[in-house]
Amino acid sequence: MTGKGDLRGRKNLALTIGAGVLITLLMVFIITPILGLFFRITPEQFLASLTDPMVWNALVLSLITAGISTLVIILVGTPVAWINARHRYPGREIVDTLIDLPLVLPPTVAGLALLMAFGRMGLIGGFFYNFGISIAFTTIAVIIAQIFVSVPFYIRQARASFEQLDTMYENAARSLGSTPLPTFFTIILPLVKAGLIGGAIMSFARALGEFGATIMFAGNFQGRTQTMPLAIYTAMQGDLYASITLSVILIIISFLVIAIVKFRLRGYMQR
Amino acid sequence: MKFSWITIVTLTLLAAIIGAGCTTEQSQPEKKTDLTVFAAASLTGALTDMAKEYETSHPGVHIVTNFDGSQALRTQIEQGADADLFLSANTKQLYALRDQGLMENRSIGLFAKNKLVVITPASNPGNISTLADLARPGVRLVIGTKDVPVGDYSRQILKKMANDTAYGPSYQTSVLGNVMSEETTVTAVVAKVWIGEADAGIVYESDITPDNRDKFVIITIPETFNVIAEYPAGIVMNSGNKDEAAGFIAYLKSDQGRPILARHGFAVP
Repeated sequence: MTGKGDLRGRKNLALTIGAGVLITLLMVFIITPILGLFFRITPEQFLASLTDPMVWNALVLSLITAGISTLVIILVGTPVAWINARHRYPGREIVDTLIDLPLVLPPTVAGLALLMAFGRMGLIGGFFYNFGISIAFTTIAVIIAQIFVSVPFYIRQARASFEQLDTMYENAARSLGSTPLPTFFTIILPLVKAGLIGGAIMSFARALGEFGATIMFAGNFQGRTQTMPLAIYTAMQGDLYASITLSVILIIISFLVIAIVKFRLRGYMQR
Repeated sequence: MKFSWITIVTLTLLAAIIGAGCTTEQSQPEKKTDLTVFAAASLTGALTDMAKEYETSHPGVHIVTNFDGSQALRTQIEQGADADLFLSANTKQLYALRDQGLMENRSIGLFAKNKLVVITPASNPGNISTLADLARPGVRLVIGTKDVPVGDYSRQILKKMANDTAYGPSYQTSVLGNVMSEETTVTAVVAKVWIGEADAGIVYESDITPDNRDKFVIITIPETFNVIAEYPAGIVMNSGNKDEAAGFIAYLKSDQGRPILARHGFAVP
């Protein structure tokens, strides 16, 4: 009998109940806090908060900055992922490790590190400041922080997609006279599209949720650096409904992200 | 039809949990009394010292501190945080709890006062020497949010200055236009100035201590514009240690507590 059979059959009752209890607990653990948010606000209060400039500014700023971050990540990350998937060069392991570092680095550490680098007293920021250019505490800083923390999500996924792709496609194209760049754009990219989109969406979601690095490196200013997570934190101390409204919006976006990644892309992948 | 037993068990349990609803029951057996004090971030230095001394003179009490912006602490208490005492940096946040019936009315009283100052990094990168300089275009200013007491007081001061002919309404607008970040605690404002990322910040006089004095240039705010920050203390209604909490409030106002507050730059009533 296979393991699957064991669980479905009546023989192993204890195991079945145990599995059921475990799954139930986990579901309750995840669902309860989300329901808790929805129960604390009426639709009227939600709609009223939507017109609050703080909510509105944060929503617009978050979508724009996370959008730009994702775009930059795709433009820079795709070639890097491709090179690391297909080419061996000295130090490739080091590059891979460094790319993964933001995944395990606490965001507050990332924020402080970015400040020490791009702040006006920092390594690079000091240079720019001499020319009157400030990076820290601007919208640019928000984008830098988002790119820093979310770039690994895209590159990991993109690299995995490239690696799964059989080299016969590019070899065939090359043997028929296609040069590397056209091959990449016309043959390879369409084949890994689903994987890249999935990675980009995960990066976008991570950028949208970025809090720690942003508040330390970009500060907290409405309309300029106060993204949705920062607005949620700030509003929780004053206008709880604005805070809940933003949280509900973020939950809806998160659900959409999961839905797109899980269901839309599954169709692509299975082709 | 294939029907998994896992599904059945899961659904049954879910139904049972939802049906039963939630009943909360709390019982905390305690040996040594943990007195949980929620205190304004500006009290960090003073309260840490006082707690140390109080624990020495009261061996049965262990003081647990939680420092944050008073508005954040208020939200935490509103949401049921387990606090015995609340020491707020303004009356607004504590009275808001009192008005909801979350504080012991009779326990509430002022125990410290504070004033505001403008600080710049010792290197003074923004070249700021007067209050008027804060309105100069390009100055990088950090203040508190409108909800954190220090931010509330800062805005009160700017409003007072706006009503004065020497500065005028455009002063207030220009200064607020120079704000590069709004922090949720005064300690975060101090930090941004300390590391030199801000040209100036509006903080409490008590934030400047003998230890960090050489890191800042201080610009005093004249009495006519300054506000007196009033710090009230009170016992949280749900506290399980009201006697110990009352003891600590008495200590704050006693001849043992007051000198420590004074040493940390607070005025004691």
